Amino acid sequence: MSFPWAKNYEPQQPLMKWLDEKLPLPRLVYNAVGAGYPVPRNLNYFWNFGVLAGAALAIQIITGIVLAMHYAANAGVAFDSVEHIMRDVNAGWFIRYAHMNGASMFFIVVYLHIFRGLYYGSYKAPREMVWLLGVVIFLLMMATAFMGYVLPWGQMSFWGAQVITGFFSAIPVVGEPIRVWLLGGFAPDDAALNRFFSLHYLLPFVIAGVVILHIWALHIPGSSNPTGIEVKDEQDTVPFHPYYTAKDGFGLGVFLLLFVALTFFSPNLLGHADNYIPANPLSTPAHIVPEWYFWPFYAILRAFTFNFLWIDAKLWGVIAMFASIALLFFLPWLDSSPVKSSTYRPLYRKFFWVLVVDVLILGYCGKSPAEQPYVIMSQLAAAYYFAHFLIILPIVSRIERPAPMPNSITEAVLAKHADKSSASATA
Amino acid sequence: MRRVLRAQTGRPGIRANLSVQPCKGNRMASETNLNAGIEDGVRRRDFINIAAVSFAGVGAAAVVLPLVNQMNPSADVLALSSTEIDISAIQSGQAIKTSWRKQPVFVRNLTPVEIAEANKVPLGDLRDPQTLAERTKTGKENWLITLGVCTHLGCVPLGAAEGEPRGDFGGYFCPCHGSHYDTAARIRKGPAPKNLTVPPYDFTSDTVVTIG
Ligand code: HEM
Ligand code: FES
Repeated sequence: MSFPWAKNYEPQQPLMKWLDEKLPLPRLVYNAVGAGYPVPRNLNYFWNFGVLAGAALAIQIITGIVLAMHYAANAGVAFDSVEHIMRDVNAGWFIRYAHMNGASMFFIVVYLHIFRGLYYGSYKAPREMVWLLGVVIFLLMMATAFMGYVLPWGQMSFWGAQVITGFFSAIPVVGEPIRVWLLGGFAPDDAALNRFFSLHYLLPFVIAGVVILHIWALHIPGSSNPTGIEVKDEQDTVPFHPYYTAKDGFGLGVFLLLFVALTFFSPNLLGHADNYIPANPLSTPAHIVPEWYFWPFYAILRAFTFNFLWIDAKLWGVIAMFASIALLFFLPWLDSSPVKSSTYRPLYRKFFWVLVVDVLILGYCGKSPAEQPYVIMSQLAAAYYFAHFLIILPIVSRIERPAPMPNSITEAVLAKHADKSSASATA
Repeated sequence: MRRVLRAQTGRPGIRANLSVQPCKGNRMASETNLNAGIEDGVRRRDFINIAAVSFAGVGAAAVVLPLVNQMNPSADVLALSSTEIDISAIQSGQAIKTSWRKQPVFVRNLTPVEIAEANKVPLGDLRDPQTLAERTKTGKENWLITLGVCTHLGCVPLGAAEGEPRGDFGGYFCPCHGSHYDTAARIRKGPAPKNLTVPPYDFTSDTVVTIG
């Protein structure tokens, strides 16, 4: 669906006409990301991150397919094959560092994309499905990145696999059999490495599929915008092409600059040195930490050090960690305020920033060793995380008095410009 | 009467079919045709439909079994399941690390002090109550043989090798998330729910133990 004033695709050349009759692929592109897709005229740069995430996925798939041509998924040689990529394969170091840092860049843009949604209320009706599919993508990304990190078969790979599959052993009764089933053994070994490689190759394509659904669901109501006011008529929109192709193109350029700066100048900045030590099943590194993008969740996992009710600490930790993500599925119904954008939600806006700080604290605790004061810090921060979604948000959305809102996107835009011109007039 | 009923219970397929029929006569004809063999409102076609779909469902479910089961440990992984260890060189107070089914195993020769410490603890204080005697073989209480796999998330606890920290209770300490085990390798503090697992083993002789 689109707005009634969307431009219609009319092929001119005979070849394009012929193609349009047989397989209307250019029409699909025209209506999805071309001149045939009207978009609110006031999107800011936070609306770039979806396209950037797509670019990051493409980079992961391309570099990943190349890596897979040189990599060997066998516990005896996996580590050496990655070193072979680094030292012997032509430009292998570049491809591998691009894949490694590409994963980090992917998570950076996805986190910004998610927090954009939280700030501007993009998860609310009529875009709940877009949000739900987004959470699914996030989960798939986490599974993919985890399994990818196991492939080089260094110390962190091995112990990451051991600890993360250990989550499942927390499930009462069937937990241990499930863990053994997942690993195909009693500890991570060949069987686990091979299946992780198989799934690590598959999941990105599943992600690509869900991304298509995500965009399909988005294109039904169309993009939201920084005011959160829905599009009312034609003057609220501009065609995606050339306006947002240009804006996204610029953003992509900036993204790629940061990406290559990281890849060329500091490729191991976000990694962990212990992963350059071959896996040793008999010795755990003194301080195991997951990749940075898992730190906040790891902190929630470790926040439970005591048994509570009839459930033991270990199971609590695992439940809390999964719940912290599963919560996001319920977000559209936890926040009942009809106002989307934080711009007009003075109270919610404050709590939004507290949440951002809270997640950063969790991240910091997740990276720190399991000792005081980090344990108590992660306990408080984890408690606040849940309180934000389960207590604060429902209450705020009931008691808050929203700021006065403009009647339309155009009015908001014109008011902003009027401010600016009057400001410059007085200056 | 029958037709009215069917219209209400709604068989969309049939209704759609009927509505495209051009004239009434034809409509009657197809009606009779569809109803051929009808007894008590059940059509032969319904029966065939249910039977075929159920059969296919059972078939599909049967195929899932091998697809799920292939993930379980294969025969060669299971074949590694017994290991012999010579314990003659382990002095009192020392421990060694070996491996069984690719998992680390701690064999520890407890000192009399460590044994006394373990026996002193009231069972009520324990998260996973077990006596040292229950965790060792009769007459060989000084030989504490456990998996070196933390029951929290599976790291290898420290304390087997010389100079490694042994935690607040003198047994083992898991640095991953801070679990402390006592001299009977029982969980005392931290997130782990269970004592370190005692694998199945036997003394083949006074100095040789077979695990598995
Ligand atoms: C969602 C997209 C993807 C993410 C988030 C991702 C993430 C990762 C990560 C974090 C690593 C470990 C890097 C290291 O420490 O060396 C890795 C390794 C690897 N990935 Fe991916 N990956 C993705 C897509 C793919 C695809 C599509 C393929 C193949 C078709 C692939 C093939 C590989 C291979 C062969 C390795 C091991 C080599 C190495 O360690 O550098 N990846 N991946
Ligand atoms: S794995 Fe030992 S404390 Fe978590």
